[in-house]
Amino acid sequence: MWDYTEKVREHFLNPRNVGEIADADAVGEVGSLACGDALKLYIKLDDQKDRIVDAKFQTFGCASAIASSSALTEIIKGKTLDEALATTNQEIADFLGGLPEEKMHCSVMGQEALEVAIAKYRGGPVPVHHDHGHEEMEGEVVCKCFGLTDQFLKKVIAANKLTTAEQVTHFTKAGGACGGCIPKIKELVNEVLGAQPTEERKRPEKLTNLRKMQLIQETLEKEIRPLLWADGGDLELVDISGSDVQIAFRKACAGCASSGNTAKFVELKLRELVAEDIVVQEVEG
Amino acid sequence: MKEIYMDNNATTKVDEAVFEEMRPYFCDLYGNPSSMHFFGGQVQKKVDEARNRVATLLGASPDEIIFTACGTESDNAAIRSALEVYPERRHIITTRVEHPAVLTLCRNLSKRGYRVTELNVDGEGRLDLEELRAAVDEDTAVVSVMWANNETGVVFPIEEIGKIVKEKGKGAFFHTDAVQAVGKIPINMATSTVDMLSISGHKLHAPKGIGVLYLRKGIPFRPLLVGGHQERSRRAGTENTAAIIALGKACEVAGQWMEDENTRVKAMRDRLQAKLLELIPRARINGGEAERLPNTLSIAFEFVEGEAILMLLSEKGICASSGSACTSGSLEPSHVLRAMGVPFTCAHGSVRFSLSRFNTEEEIDTIIRELPPVIRRLREMSPFGREFLDA
Repeated sequence: MWDYTEKVREHFLNPRNVGEIADADAVGEVGSLACGDALKLYIKLDDQKDRIVDAKFQTFGCASAIASSSALTEIIKGKTLDEALATTNQEIADFLGGLPEEKMHCSVMGQEALEVAIAKYRGGPVPVHHDHGHEEMEGEVVCKCFGLTDQFLKKVIAANKLTTAEQVTHFTKAGGACGGCIPKIKELVNEVLGAQPTEERKRPEKLTNLRKMQLIQETLEKEIRPLLWADGGDLELVDISGSDVQIAFRKACAGCASSGNTAKFVELKLRELVAEDIVVQEVEG
Repeated sequence: MKEIYMDNNATTKVDEAVFEEMRPYFCDLYGNPSSMHFFGGQVQKKVDEARNRVATLLGASPDEIIFTACGTESDNAAIRSALEVYPERRHIITTRVEHPAVLTLCRNLSKRGYRVTELNVDGEGRLDLEELRAAVDEDTAVVSVMWANNETGVVFPIEEIGKIVKEKGKGAFFHTDAVQAVGKIPINMATSTVDMLSISGHKLHAPKGIGVLYLRKGIPFRPLLVGGHQERSRRAGTENTAAIIALGKACEVAGQWMEDENTRVKAMRDRLQAKLLELIPRARINGGEAERLPNTLSIAFEFVEGEAILMLLSEKGICASSGSACTSGSLEPSHVLRAMGVPFTCAHGSVRFSLSRFNTEEEIDTIIRELPPVIRRLREMSPFGREFLDA
């Protein structure tokens, strides 16, 4: 059973703002019956056509989809359109006390419906990311099963700081059906991660023992483990003695036939960034 | 809140009589059956008795019964053994609707150079025996087809399948995952074409963590676990004596209740099915036209999503399961319903009720009363299907 928060449960059992608004100023629709979830969001504006005075929803989907829709309407009521547009999917999840990672796509669906509704109202280009068969989509379709474009995926990856293809699936569903686009999703993750400015690091000239140990730890944490995570692996620092670094592999790396190569890679990286004489040894532990 | 438990294809309550049977074998009679002293010997006698009881339910001989840790182990042991016996054969036949214990293994093997044929099913979940006939060849090492499907309850014509395997397979082994069938419908290995058959204890009111692999006399076997003489060296590892004794008792009890399962339990299932179809518009039975287990009802409701249905039912104490994507963490609805070509719109809203002898007519009444408003409530909330709120 899903470990839903009490707040998710409560918003599912007693959803706020269910229904239609007959004279809505803006309506945003995302998802479909085939996808397994869909959300139709109705927004009513004040007389100045700026502030949201009412919001209602109709949702087809699981408990967290219904709770996320309920949360969305509560968050945006009373906000100006610009304030509402700044709502992130993380805010929706936070409002509910968090969602299981596999259910984060429910919060993304809420954020998307809002974006679509406001864009339609303003008459600009509508950011359609899901293939409904009749609308012009921005970008190139990556996930054919759920009809998701590269632009949409890149946006979600950047906004939620996602580092693995699995996370992208949890947040957007992309790659969750046939799995054919997972290599492409990995490329997108790397593209987005690579695009972020990273500080150039150089090997220091001279190190005290203490500083060396700190630097080894820091390099493992910041530079090396995230790369292993991307492939579902991990490592743990077991011990440091002078220049000898003992590590143990975890998750996918543990028992992986090429863990020897990975150990070599860790050694090269530590030699590059910490000290030339470092020797990495893989231990059981 | 008293639970109404209708998820017996997932797991079952341990029968009180079964629990009493196993209880002494933890703190008092904890001896190792292999030991040379009286203390182990008396446990050995009870393990032998359990083996006899399992064999009786299956119409088998006691030495054809190998105790394992679970149905999944039995499935893995059977298929891997067949491949080791026939190292030169590289073809496996199974179905698209198998339990993952078989399907995942076969798909993994296909990545290691085995040719795997996954037989299709029709809209009611039935196999096309001509497709099987065309698929079996001299390269086929094993055919693994489940006796009854866990999600829909659809029963496959096992003996007809076995006949085709024997005719065309030139010695190919026939394995069946009978985890859902044993204890629910009569099975007789004495007149069967099955070579290997898997059982899981916790599906028939024995505890979790015990299974059986039936292995027909004369069928060559290569064990999955080695390193001990237990189970005549066919499954090494100290016996889970208490669970084995429990499973023996559970098989004895299942034999006594078999008729009840196929009359009273079946009648409750049929009544639930008829009333739900009558009270809820846009509902359909998955596999309703096929031969089914007496206890299983898989019903699809359009325009609503299964997890939401289950959570609202759970609020009322009703325990069922779903073929929806959202309950499993995967994003696709159940592979069984997809293989049957059940439209996505229905697959997402599919709910499975699986009964047991412990269910009552009052519990059926409660579901008939509670479920229609749940579906209505979710449809009222949904952007789709609002025109189908009333029957």
